[in-house]
This record gives sequence, C-alpha cells and structure tokens, in this order.
Amino acid sequence: MSTKKMLRNEAPLLEVKNLETAFDIEGTDYNAVDNVSFQVKPRQIVGIVGESGCGKSVMSLSIMKLLPKGIGKVKSGEIIFDGKNLEKMSESQINKIRGKDVSMIFQEPMTSLNPVFTIGYQLQEVLFNHMKISKQEARQKAIALLKSVGISRPEKLVDEYPHQLSGGMRQRVMIAIAIACQPKLLIADEPTTALDVTVQAQILELLKEIQAVNDMSVILITHDLGVVAEMCDEVIVMYAGRIVERADVDTLFHNPKHPYTTLLLGAIPKMDEQEERLSSIQGIVPSLTNMPKVGCRFAHRCPKAMPKCFTVTPVLGDIEQDHEVACLLYETSIPREGVK
Amino acid sequence: MLKYAFRRILGMIPMLFLISIVVFTLAKLMPGDSFSGEIDPTKTNPQYIAEMREKLGYNDPLPQQYFRWIGNFVEGDFGKSARYKIKVSDVISEKLPNTLLLGFSSLLITYILAFFMGLYSGRKPYTVADNLIGGLNYLGLSIPSFIAGVFAIFLFSFTLGWFPSNGSIDIGMTEGTLEYWLSRLHHVFLPAVVLGLLSTASYTQFLRNDIIENSRKDFVRTARAKGTAEKKIYNVHILRNSIIPLITFLGFDLVAIISGAIITETIFTYPGLGQLFLQSVGTRDYPVLMTLTMLFSFLTLIGNLVADILYGVVDPRIRLD
Repeated sequence: MSTKKMLRNEAPLLEVKNLETAFDIEGTDYNAVDNVSFQVKPRQIVGIVGESGCGKSVMSLSIMKLLPKGIGKVKSGEIIFDGKNLEKMSESQINKIRGKDVSMIFQEPMTSLNPVFTIGYQLQEVLFNHMKISKQEARQKAIALLKSVGISRPEKLVDEYPHQLSGGMRQRVMIAIAIACQPKLLIADEPTTALDVTVQAQILELLKEIQAVNDMSVILITHDLGVVAEMCDEVIVMYAGRIVERADVDTLFHNPKHPYTTLLLGAIPKMDEQEERLSSIQGIVPSLTNMPKVGCRFAHRCPKAMPKCFTVTPVLGDIEQDHEVACLLYETSIPREGVK
Repeated sequence: MLKYAFRRILGMIPMLFLISIVVFTLAKLMPGDSFSGEIDPTKTNPQYIAEMREKLGYNDPLPQQYFRWIGNFVEGDFGKSARYKIKVSDVISEKLPNTLLLGFSSLLITYILAFFMGLYSGRKPYTVADNLIGGLNYLGLSIPSFIAGVFAIFLFSFTLGWFPSNGSIDIGMTEGTLEYWLSRLHHVFLPAVVLGLLSTASYTQFLRNDIIENSRKDFVRTARAKGTAEKKIYNVHILRNSIIPLITFLGFDLVAIISGAIITETIFTYPGLGQLFLQSVGTRDYPVLMTLTMLFSFLTLIGNLVADILYGVVDPRIRLD
C-alpha cells in the first residue's frame, strides 16, 4: 500500500466542491446531486457506488458538462480539473478538454456509437478534434488503438459499422475512443452493466491494464461492489444524490460505518453460504420529486433509524483518518449550530 | 444490389398486369366513349356512329378488347389519341418536357426551403422562429393550390405584371436560343413557386422532428464527449441520420415530377401532363388516359424501388440481397 500513501500527499487532479446539479421538472428545480464534494488524485481509481437513481450518472455528466440541455444544470459548486474550473468554461473551451484530458465511456455500448459512420471514422474524429495529424496517420493510429484494446482484426474493423460488432466489441471501441488522446482522467459510467459476465471481466481487466499503462485516473461508476473490490483504490458510496460514506477500499469493505453501506455489502450473495433468500434493502430510492426536505434521506429505509434522523440532516464528517461518513449514529455527522 | 434490383423489376411485371386490368376496367366503366360529347349527334348519322363503333372494336367482348389493348401496349403501341388524332406517345412526349421543368423547379424550391427551415427548427426547437416556421408551413399545407394559384395570378400577373399568367413559352421564340429558355423559366416560375411553397410542410416537419429525436440519442452524447463542436454534431452526426427517413419521400417525388400537378397546371394553363390527364378525362380520350395511368403506376413502382435502393446506399444497416 505504498502507492496509496504517496497518493495522499499529491495535489488532486479533480476536485469537486459542493456540487449541486438540478433537473427542471415542470418548472421546479430538483437536486439530483446535492452538495457533493470529493477529490480524485492522479493515477487513482475511485469507485462511486449506489443503487439506481442515486445521482451517480448525473454527477459524472456534470463533470463532463454533458447534462441534457435545458433540463439539467449545475446550480452551484465548483469542478476543478487540473487547476482549471470547468464550470466557468465556455462550450468551445470545454471542447478542447473533452476527449483529450477527460474522457468518458458510457453504460450503453449498443447505442453509444453513431450507426451510420464507420468505426474508423468515429475513432479518427477524436484524433482530428485534438491533434494535428494527417488522414493516413490518423488511420494508422486508429488501427493501433483498436489493437491496444484487444481487437484482433483492427485493419478490417476500422472500415466496419457499429451494427456489425457485438456489445463487448463496441465497448472496446468506446474505450479506444476514450483513451485515444491519453486522457488524464477517464470516467467510466457503468461500463460493464450491459454486457454479459464473461465479457464484463474482460472489459474490467482491459480498463485496469490501460489505467496502469497510461497512468491515468479513473472514476468508475457502478452498482457492482464486486467490481469495486477488484478495481478501486477508494470508494464513494452515494445515496439519493448525497455522499454517505467515503473510504479506501479495504476500510470500506472491512469496516463499513453507514448502515446503507453495511446493507449494500450484505446484499452481495456469498458463494460459501447456503442462503434461502437473497438479502435486499427494503424499499426504493425516493424519486427526485419526492425527496425528504430535512433529515437523512435514507432514514425511512434504515433499520437503525432514530427519531432525530427524520429531522436533522447529517453532514459528512471524518470518523477516522481518510474515512468519512454521514450518519447521525456518529458524533462527527451531527451538524454544529449555525452550520448547514 | 444489381441482383436485388433485377429481382424487384421482375416482380413488377405481374403487378403491372394487375394494374392494367384495373386501369382498363375503370376506363370501360366510365360513361361514354370518344364518340359521345365530341360529335354532335343531331348532325351525324347515328348509323355511321354505330358503324364506327363496330369498326373500332368498341362492341367486342371486354376480354378481347383488353387483350388487344394490352398486347399492343406491351409492343410499345399505346394507340392513337381520339382527340389529337396522333399517336399517344407523341402527345405525351410533347408535354413531358414542360412537366419535367415544372416538377424539377418546384421540387428544388421545396427541397432547399425545407432543408434550411428543417435544419434550423430542429436545432432550435420551441423557439419563436421554430414556431413561426411551423405556422407558415401548416398555413401553406392548408391553403389549396387552386386558391394560392388564383391569388398568385391576380397579384403577380394582373396587378404587378411580373409574370405571365398562362402558357409555357412566349409566342414567336426560336427553340434553343437563350431568350427561349429565359421565357420558359419566366413562365414556369410562378406555378413552380406556388407548388414548391405549398409542399414544404411535410419535409420541414419531418426533418425537424427527426433532428430533435436524434439529438437526444446516445451517440450524440458520445460525440460531445469526444470534444466535437456543436455545429459538426448537428451537421454531420445528426443530419446524416435524419436524412434516412426522408428517402421515402424521394420515391414519391420521382412520380410527382412526371405526373405533374393536375390542379396547378390547369390553373396556370400550363401545358403539361397534369393538364393533359384532366383533359383526356373530359374528352374521354381513353388511349391517352390509360397510357398516362399506366405510366404513373409504373413510375410509382420504380420510385419505390429507387427509394429502397437508396436506403441501402445511405444506411449501412440495410443490406440489399
């Protein structure tokens, strides 16, 4: 764990401060991401976990400024990447960073590629966007990139169309596009959710390999804790738009503090135990329009809920070194007077 | 692709035969023939008319008449126009250039206008300009061409005197000169604009809605994530996808160019196939009427074939074999 110690002292590559992202639903703003702050250090793999509807994807889209126009917007907060505040940048400025320094792969490889252009075209586009290279060079580079993501016949594949490829292959192409300009940060939004299990393992292996070779940071968004254990250095657990717990991967798996984290970990089926029923967390994530105004958002599903959980909003506090949690069971989460 | 086209063309033959039966039956079901109406019965010997009917085979059993007609038709003999007393093919080829000119120019107007309006509306939907474009388009769609045509003639021909109100060419022009062509363009302009302006609605709204739909697709987000400029996203990534469904229209347009605009041509007394069609109904000129109907049916089939082949060219997901 020497790398981890080294990481701790380095300046963060990405710093998200008090991010609030809201969706406009029938004229009212609802926060899908509510007051979220975290850091990503260089070469670090940060996992963001939580159930569907927790705001994981919205947060990643906020960083990339890819929120659906006119519906979603960043209301407040700062996103500082490599010393620059992305929130203050114009569309053309951000276009110089997107695909070059920060890139993203998405959940749905089946629809993420344009059906009417060849793989080669779509790969070369990102190269032309950010580099000054000739067509011939771009083609060679595209073939090399496809090879590097483990595609066996790249010379042929560059001239093929997305529909001729399987889901796993398409996701490899997406990864090739994402790493084409050797970004400093890769955001992977549930990159393996739509793939079958054997392909999932291959894609994760590939991501890990590429991360090591390119020395990049990765934000891995997933709801698969197995993937997190396999891949990540640090884990952020999100619930209903807020961070409820953050710790390095070993601490989180062996010493979870938030009841939600404990329940999530408990919901992983164990190979060595015979279980009659798979355990699950009762209830569902409240919808955006139905979010509790005060108190802990998990309270109504929480087995350890106390009366004050419904009236006092917990804050994210350091429970021990490098382990933050937002739960009123712990002193550090009780808000001080005058502080929101 | 060639194999596909060939197979489709072969498949057209039985279809055309069926159509020919319908066309023939409909023509025979219409009251009267070329002797009624055109010949004054009080001044002609009815016996002579009866004789002529017999001589022309109008009294033969219907199947016999049909096979005689279709037999000649297949051999390329479309019969003689009862009104013009010349070959049907000559009548049609005389009017065809006028119709082609009108068809192409009105379609060009429609395409250009619809392309830019659709592109703009699709990119900036629900804005004032988009609503204005939509409103104008639907206004155009809901004004019948005979009203728009009459108004255009009244305003631009009679009041302002900018354009001629009828015909396809000034009298006394020598064919082939620059003046001749300018005069033709001068004549075709007004009907083409009326025709072109009124039919932009479907194209514009189709293009607009498709652009809006495609702009929400995942691949657009991917393009943005790559740092592609917004302009390129719309003009390349989205447009290329949004053009595909418009190809269906292209097949119909091919027919529309040639079948002409019956109403507009009649209002502007523009001597094209549309006007010829209407006249041949009025004068019971069945050889012309049946030939035109067969021609239009054939073109519809060809238009669909062309559209299908174009799909294969434009959309890599569609393979023709």
